Amino acid sequence: MNRPMERREFLKVSLSGTGLVLAVSFLGGPLIAVSSDVEEKAGNAGKPWVPNAWLRITPDNVTTVLINKSEMGQGTWTALAMVVAEELEADWKDIRVEASPVRDEYKDPVFGMQITGGSTGVRHMYDPMRRAGATAREMLIQAGAREWNVPSGECKADKGRVIHGKTGKSLTYGELCVKASQVSVPHDAPLKPQEKFRLIGKSMPRLDIPEKVDGKGVFGTDIFIPGMLYSALQGPPAYGARLLSFDKEAAEKISGVQNVVTIPDGVAVVANTIEAAWKARSALNATWDAGSHPDLDDAALDRILSEHMEKKGLVAKNVGDVEEALKKAAHRMKAMYLIPYVAHAPMEPQNCTADVRKDACEIWCPTQFQTAVLQVAMRETGLTADKIVIHTTQLGGGFGGKAEVKVVEEAVRISKAVGKPVKHIWSRQEDFRNDFYRPGSLHRIEAGLDREGRLVAWRHKVVVSPIMERVLPWMVKDGIEPTAVDAIWDMEYSLPNLSVEYVRLGLPIPVGFWRSVGNSSNPFAVESFVDELAHAAGKDPLEFRLNMLKENPRAAGVLKKVAEAGGWGKPLPAGCGRGIAQRFCFGSFAAQLAEVSVDKETGVIKIRRMVAAIDPGQVVNPDSVVAQIEGATIMGLSAALKERVSFGKGGVATSNFSDYPILTMAEVPEIEVHIITNNEKMGGVGEPGVPPVIPAVANAVFAATGIRLRSLPLSPNMLKKALANTESSTEA
Amino acid sequence: MTELLINGKQYRVDLEPSANLLWVIREHLELVGTKYGCGEGACGACTIHLDGEAARSCQLTIGDVHGRSITTIEGVPQNHPVKEAWISEQVPQCGYCQSGQIMEAVAFLSKNSRPSHDEIVQAMDDILCRCGTYPRILRAIKKAAGTGGSR
Ligand code: FES
Ligand code: FES
Repeated sequence: MNRPMERREFLKVSLSGTGLVLAVSFLGGPLIAVSSDVEEKAGNAGKPWVPNAWLRITPDNVTTVLINKSEMGQGTWTALAMVVAEELEADWKDIRVEASPVRDEYKDPVFGMQITGGSTGVRHMYDPMRRAGATAREMLIQAGAREWNVPSGECKADKGRVIHGKTGKSLTYGELCVKASQVSVPHDAPLKPQEKFRLIGKSMPRLDIPEKVDGKGVFGTDIFIPGMLYSALQGPPAYGARLLSFDKEAAEKISGVQNVVTIPDGVAVVANTIEAAWKARSALNATWDAGSHPDLDDAALDRILSEHMEKKGLVAKNVGDVEEALKKAAHRMKAMYLIPYVAHAPMEPQNCTADVRKDACEIWCPTQFQTAVLQVAMRETGLTADKIVIHTTQLGGGFGGKAEVKVVEEAVRISKAVGKPVKHIWSRQEDFRNDFYRPGSLHRIEAGLDREGRLVAWRHKVVVSPIMERVLPWMVKDGIEPTAVDAIWDMEYSLPNLSVEYVRLGLPIPVGFWRSVGNSSNPFAVESFVDELAHAAGKDPLEFRLNMLKENPRAAGVLKKVAEAGGWGKPLPAGCGRGIAQRFCFGSFAAQLAEVSVDKETGVIKIRRMVAAIDPGQVVNPDSVVAQIEGATIMGLSAALKERVSFGKGGVATSNFSDYPILTMAEVPEIEVHIITNNEKMGGVGEPGVPPVIPAVANAVFAATGIRLRSLPLSPNMLKKALANTESSTEA
Repeated sequence: MTELLINGKQYRVDLEPSANLLWVIREHLELVGTKYGCGEGACGACTIHLDGEAARSCQLTIGDVHGRSITTIEGVPQNHPVKEAWISEQVPQCGYCQSGQIMEAVAFLSKNSRPSHDEIVQAMDDILCRCGTYPRILRAIKKAAGTGGSR
């Protein structure tokens, strides 16, 4: 082969004796296979670099799959390894996984960035990983055929070996890998037909679990590098606050402290130990002015939301004629829903280890967004991408929060300022304070029913802060922030008249992606109000929904599944109730049924049972899907019952788990997960389990008590008060 | 100079007795399986054993544990029934809380080898898991105790 070095799709590199390294690149352009002799002609011969490889087979029989998606417990590493192993016909026990480097070649082919988000890990990488596995398999078969001097058509691959059928001779992939690396790369390697799948669709034990059980998984906090120091930052207590003074000497007096420096984010201390760094930070006794919004607190926030509700917003969607339809409606209803800010609170607080030198920079971090880490590093150091090496560690939880890179920015700035490598771990307090929250929002909905009790019009106004505007601005079209109106403007129900208005809330409170983003909050308003309408129409909430889902059989399907499995309509003890809700997002349909009981004295809501159904189309690792839905259900319940970030004195008041409790084991009910399998296009699974949880619980509380709770979290106090009110009004 | 007995091994650390036990274990001795989650005793990520009893290392100093025997996740053998059950029930998601969960479970089962469902919940209730692995933790403990499990 003698072709120019072009943008290419497959690439392999043979490093003397190391075996076969195979890559699939998404840079576009013509699909051209390049073998190692082209590398030589292009002058790259002998360069000890491993390019964009997706898999590596070595003489010790180990196949290492390099994964560009971050592992935070969602099982993406194992699922993608299964996809490669399937096509490769590898023996599963020979498969290892490893975080890929951070480079253009590893960008998500759809997003054009290296990022783990939007429940896309397996969906976006499924095809390229299949092709990588299939291509390597064909090359190994070729190598075997050459070895035995037989036509390759007589050879096949099976369980990590190439076998010559006629003679029964066989060689392992380890034995063949060096030879295989000399074979030219086929670009039309056939993919296995689905009915031949041995791994895909079967529950496989996760590859990252054994080390996590042994305490050996390496998270961001677990990085140690030579000469490493610890840093701690004293940032502003209020939004926009400016530093007035700090006691440098007091901090320097703490034994082990090496530097006290100011960076744009505040005052940083660098010390030999983390204890010294944190102690010195307190000793700084930093004082600040009152900041840009000194009066911001919880009450002010509620007021600001209400004020914005009276402002004119942007029309995000307008179908039919809502005004007219509302006028004509037989019955009209109105309601307001209030949704709080919530925090990610991953058990591993955000952290980053950075080593910035004059001519190079190396970073270790548990990130979901490598491209953003690289951009920050380039901006802060002035170095070019080729001088920056980023290592993705295991993530101790992400949930969207680790797509933010503030902690990286701080670590890089501090390391650069002191010229030493630093490990920079946020305390839990900092993790709460510096989070990019799921935004709070206020919803006003008005809807109309016709004489037959059918929903004919829905007018929805939402006040909320934008996320995409800052993170991925090109996703904002005509000023419409998609995360603001998700689950509203694209609701599943057939509805002749719908208008959606968005009022942008500009506040200094940073907001970001929280597991299912706008879909984590908006369905509380939408699916609760649908329930209100069903009851107003005198219809069963399930029937009411199914009637509007005739054109949406998969959405109807998940609802029917949870209803059937959850005993919808069957009698329950007094004080108990069931609620349902559904949502389609990230390519998957999901529904939840909640069964609750309410203690009328205390207002305490006990979740007795959750039944979840997901229809995600094709599934790679079913047990990982079940685990994700279990986790999503619990995170949704936690937000439904407990979570709310508190603000005060112009900043964040929430500080730790003691004032931001999350769901514990005693509050977790039995959770039943149903996967509806089919061959539809693959959807995501990390996020879609969350959206229907909160409305299902609120609807169940209504079924149990007749009380409609329209603000979160669904707290005992709120319910107790409402229960007392109805008691007194019935008495009167 | 303080002496520490961890996983049967004697360590000498050149630190004041007031040094925080969690940071000494993790950052000085690099036994990083023990995690920092909150630093105020609220999450359980830092759970270790002191003479076989579960304790939160973030709430202790090295002076507090003088002469006591410390066990961390690294000191629980791989073939311990709890670790094995954790794998067979595929408990961890991100894994960050799991050392604490396992240490609490091991200590609990050593005192109550055939616990009821409610006893397990009570013992494990204050160890937080943001990923929501609680149902599987329950299953794994029942399995390790020989009273349940699914696989
Ligand atoms: S870190 Fe010790 S209890 Fe949270
Ligand atoms: S497994 Fe992630 S916090 Fe428990």
